[in-house]
Amino acid sequence: MADIISEYEDRLPAKIIGEVKDSIPKGVSDTKLKKIMEATCEEYNTAKVTPGEAVGLIAAESIGEPGTQMTLNTFHFAGVAEMNVTLGLPRIIEILDGRKELDNPMMEIYLKKPYASGKKLEDLRHLALQIKETRLTDISTELSINIADFTIEVKLDKDKMKELELTNAKVIDAISKQIKGYNIRDGKDSLIFKARSKEDTFNDAYKIKEKIKSATIKGIKGILQVMPVKREEEFVIITAGSNLADVLQLEEVDAYRTSTNNIFEIEQVLGIEAARQAIINEIFKVIESQGLNVDVRHIMLVSDTMCVSGTLKGITRYGVVSDKSSVLARASFETPIKHIINAALVGEVDNLNSVVENVMINQHIPIGTGLPSLTVKPQKAAKEK
Amino acid sequence: MPEEETSQKTEQELDAVKQAIEGKEKKAERVEEEQYIYKQVRSIAFSVLSPKMIRKMASAKIVTPELYDKEGYPVDGGLMDIRLGVIDPGLRCKTCGSKLKECIGHFGYIELARPIVHVKFVNIVMTLLKCTCRECGRILIPDNKISKTREILDQIEKENGVEERRQKVKETIAGLKTINKCPHCKSRQKKLSLEKPTTFLEDEKRISPIEIRARLEKIPDSDCEIFGLKVPHVRPEWMIMTILPIPPVTMRPSITLESGERSEDDLTHKMGDIVRINQRLFENINAGAPEIIVEDLWDLLQYHVTTFFDNNIAQLPPARHRSGQPLKTLTERIKSKEGRIRHNLAGKRTNFSARTVISPDPMLELYEVGVPFVIANKLTVPERVNEWNMKYLKAFVENGPEKYPGANYIIRPDGKKKKITEETKEASLEELQPGYIVERHLMDGDIAIFNRQPSLHRMSMMCHRVKVLPGKTLRLNPAVCTPYNADFDGDEMNLHIPQTEEARAEAEILMEVQTQLVSLRYGLSIIGCTQDAISGNYILTKDASLKREDAIDLLSAVGVTDFSKLPRKAVVTGKEVFSALLPDDFNYSGHSRLCDRSKDKCDKEAHVTIEDGKLVSGVMDRNSLGEESGLMLRNIHQKYGKDYSIDALGKIFRLGIWYLLKIGFTSALSDTDLPESAKLKIKEDMETAKKDVDALIAQFKEGKLEALPGKTAQQTLELRILQVLNKARNETGKTVANHADKRTHTMIMAESGARGNLLNLAQMAACVGQQAMRGKRIDKGFEQRTLSHFRRNDLSPEARGFITNGFKMGLTPAEFFFGSMTGRDSLMDTALRTPKSGYLYRRLANAMQDLKVEYDNTVRDASRKIIQFEYGEDGIDVSKSENGFINVKRIIQIAQK
Repeated sequence: MADIISEYEDRLPAKIIGEVKDSIPKGVSDTKLKKIMEATCEEYNTAKVTPGEAVGLIAAESIGEPGTQMTLNTFHFAGVAEMNVTLGLPRIIEILDGRKELDNPMMEIYLKKPYASGKKLEDLRHLALQIKETRLTDISTELSINIADFTIEVKLDKDKMKELELTNAKVIDAISKQIKGYNIRDGKDSLIFKARSKEDTFNDAYKIKEKIKSATIKGIKGILQVMPVKREEEFVIITAGSNLADVLQLEEVDAYRTSTNNIFEIEQVLGIEAARQAIINEIFKVIESQGLNVDVRHIMLVSDTMCVSGTLKGITRYGVVSDKSSVLARASFETPIKHIINAALVGEVDNLNSVVENVMINQHIPIGTGLPSLTVKPQKAAKEK
Repeated sequence: MPEEETSQKTEQELDAVKQAIEGKEKKAERVEEEQYIYKQVRSIAFSVLSPKMIRKMASAKIVTPELYDKEGYPVDGGLMDIRLGVIDPGLRCKTCGSKLKECIGHFGYIELARPIVHVKFVNIVMTLLKCTCRECGRILIPDNKISKTREILDQIEKENGVEERRQKVKETIAGLKTINKCPHCKSRQKKLSLEKPTTFLEDEKRISPIEIRARLEKIPDSDCEIFGLKVPHVRPEWMIMTILPIPPVTMRPSITLESGERSEDDLTHKMGDIVRINQRLFENINAGAPEIIVEDLWDLLQYHVTTFFDNNIAQLPPARHRSGQPLKTLTERIKSKEGRIRHNLAGKRTNFSARTVISPDPMLELYEVGVPFVIANKLTVPERVNEWNMKYLKAFVENGPEKYPGANYIIRPDGKKKKITEETKEASLEELQPGYIVERHLMDGDIAIFNRQPSLHRMSMMCHRVKVLPGKTLRLNPAVCTPYNADFDGDEMNLHIPQTEEARAEAEILMEVQTQLVSLRYGLSIIGCTQDAISGNYILTKDASLKREDAIDLLSAVGVTDFSKLPRKAVVTGKEVFSALLPDDFNYSGHSRLCDRSKDKCDKEAHVTIEDGKLVSGVMDRNSLGEESGLMLRNIHQKYGKDYSIDALGKIFRLGIWYLLKIGFTSALSDTDLPESAKLKIKEDMETAKKDVDALIAQFKEGKLEALPGKTAQQTLELRILQVLNKARNETGKTVANHADKRTHTMIMAESGARGNLLNLAQMAACVGQQAMRGKRIDKGFEQRTLSHFRRNDLSPEARGFITNGFKMGLTPAEFFFGSMTGRDSLMDTALRTPKSGYLYRRLANAMQDLKVEYDNTVRDASRKIIQFEYGEDGIDVSKSENGFINVKRIIQIAQK
């Protein structure tokens, strides 16, 4: 049986073959199986795209049209007490823009076996603390500048520190790595910062105060909130804020399943192929949550156009559109003057092989029925005879 | 003014251009004899005009700001010089000798008294000055590194295109700006700065355009390349103009006002200023006026030339009309949505189109469009006369333009168009012979393209067959409202009549309604039964039975002529009537809306089974017939093809509404009546919910409420309250559902999926529910309260937008106000969303419009770069699939039989 099916491997996509394998009843005769496979092939061939089909425009329509039906400003609370998630049209725009900073960055951190079960709640809590970013302001009660000798005194909140398993030494250690040029004195309930250089002014002290405030003491930079959530027999940590690179370094984290909604980060850490898949997943998630029905193929194509160049490019005038080879196509989108002038400077030649330029000069567009270029010259042919 | 040094290459190119133009003119004469051979533009090259080129392409030198003489005739050497083209009827162009509309216009030029900086090139001029030596003109890169830099740049361009190269050039140049000693001649470089928009300073001292030009001239061609300037197309010094091209009059026509006064175009005004100041500058220089006066005039000229190119420069006051309205000059003409590119080039206007209000007509076929006589009389279809259709076409001409069906024009073989009037009718009739074209009125069966904006879909423009009808509106079958997203509250739609055989063939094959049955977005049927058609079929197939005569009456009204499928019984069931519309060998099995999918096997009535074209069990509802789901319709389409399914759909649709028409269908206020027991239950539910909420609030106020992880007590309270209230509302919903009479028409509509749902009914009968804004209860308005007749910090349900009453009972004023708040909020949402999603769509469409599937099945863009190796990883066209898949199970089932 297997060999009959494998004969069709180069004629059918693997996915369809798999489906056939799953759904054929047991004990079919070889002739029947062959018949089934032939019928599948035939159906598949009739369902294939025709060459010349303007698949790009179809994909754009398929995402653009339901866009009018999507909701704006829904900050949806996923589950009981999870965090804000950008959904609907704003999220789609965010993804397609290829933005680096998101409105609501989020991570889903999956854990390795012993930790995921959540049996040792203490472990989980410990891990959560290790992930969440703690800044100096979070563990201090007061920050003051001594104007006389330009020292900065930070009063520490001992209770909080205990909760976060921090000691003065640890704090000093963490800060001294981030702020250079200052001596830190441990005053038990407070830390005192003094500049090493003598020409210190009030302004400098003020600036450094702001820096000290936001110094990371513990945890991973950028992770603002952590929340363990039980999901089908295992604990998953959901975070507000995202820092994929650092989270993956943690020993307890299952790097295979952990992900973020920040596609730019995925591209940086996991590469362009992962980013492509992430775009597909994220867009699909939004469209599904809105109760709309859009085929993945359309989303795939959008994602592919954003990723073909090897780096993540947004669908904006600086991204995908600026990569077009045709001057007029670029000019017809946005900032026409800039494009025309730049083209003139390098003597660019527009070979008129995309759609808009041909619309502009009233010629057939090289897509669909305009694609075949067969010319008949009746007069000339007659003359030659 | 130093004469331009143009390289040989430019000379050659010029000749080529000249030849091309001459060739085109010759072509124009031959156009008639060689109609089918037309020239195709293969490419368009962009470059900067050199002074020499400007002079060469000009046909007049402009020397005077005057436009017309006393007789109103254009002055020679003026801006409206007839050598630049003609805009008055009757005059002939002095350059090409052709009349208005034939002559496309010719350029002129002005000799500028002093060089002027071109605003659009200021930044490039600046970098050129900064990065080249002020003495020797060489780029500030040592000789040994130049070739390497060039190699890197060429490499980048080869790999990533011009845009990347531009980036790299920027980087390279950024490194040069700090060098202050020329590596070639060792001279010191001074500090340069740019005072926007057009003044260049060196060590805080102004450098004149003459000086700048002199420096740019010194830059050798080979060094220009590193800056990304390709020499035959640009020379740096061309960016400082010594000569200004004057656009032809045809692109700036003057308008004659009613008073007979002439009103000139904005561009003409601006150029008038330029010429005037330029002449004055010449005179002053020649008369040896003091330097300061010359400088002032020079600056003024610079201002005018700058605003001629762009009147929206931040540092300059825009040039205005006498009325104070800013002039629209070159840049404003090109850019933005209303500019030349997007308004006139990428978007075009058509003739042979109509637009009016639409209205429904279910008796039309889905692929038809009802066209009023008034429109049919104006829109025409050209038909070429030959021996065989002579008589047929003569009949139209005989009817003339007034009587339908007539003809409006005849076109002679030489292309002359003649209008048919009562007077010329006889002559036209005489004249008509093979080779002529008759533009006859629109008739039944003609091909038309029907469209409704916004055209977000390809289904927003579909091809219909014309059906000429009395009345003044365009009519369509209500089933095709969905793809157009149309309703009949005053919507207007457009109709286009394709004029060539090719266009008609393409419209018919690719755009006809039949071909668009399956959505290309998700691979299911988008056209299906709606509203009453669903209700009707639901009632009919549920448990109706009717006399055989009535059944035949019904079916013949629908368009069925063969009643042999109807069983020979005195009384037939609704299912049997419905089965008469199904093909004999059709098998289908599916779920109806009644079926809850949790169980493996649902009730007999909930499961739709069709065996050999007979509806054995189940009712027809939205799952089987509706748009955007219509699984039964999708199956018919798959098996019997588009033409059969559109016909069947039309019949099913009409069956539904005709049956409703017979039995009568309406919704009444009494549909929402509830028995006393139900009312009591709802009241109790509400009260317990209120108590629960009060308890929660009390807990919160005492500080005993335990906060959920990651939330404050306040947030927790809100969340808990929302949960309690939602539960209460759902409870009332259930009560309503349990007690509602299934026979009422409102329930029938909800159950069949024709319109509305149980929630709507519950809202009418019992309780509207919580009004939420942005996922929260309403909490805005006055200080610490929502409305002035609640206490401050009142957290109770009714003070935060919970509507206890149903619509039938009526809302209290406060409740009504909350309802209006959410209503307004959703209106705002829609208003803000439309432009946002519109822009997203535009961006997507622009980025992806030239992706296509090639003959080798790869998806490529316009520059033939591969985007996907196989479309969608499996090459399946969504519109030919079933919801994106190939139904393997069905294939196996069929193959096994």
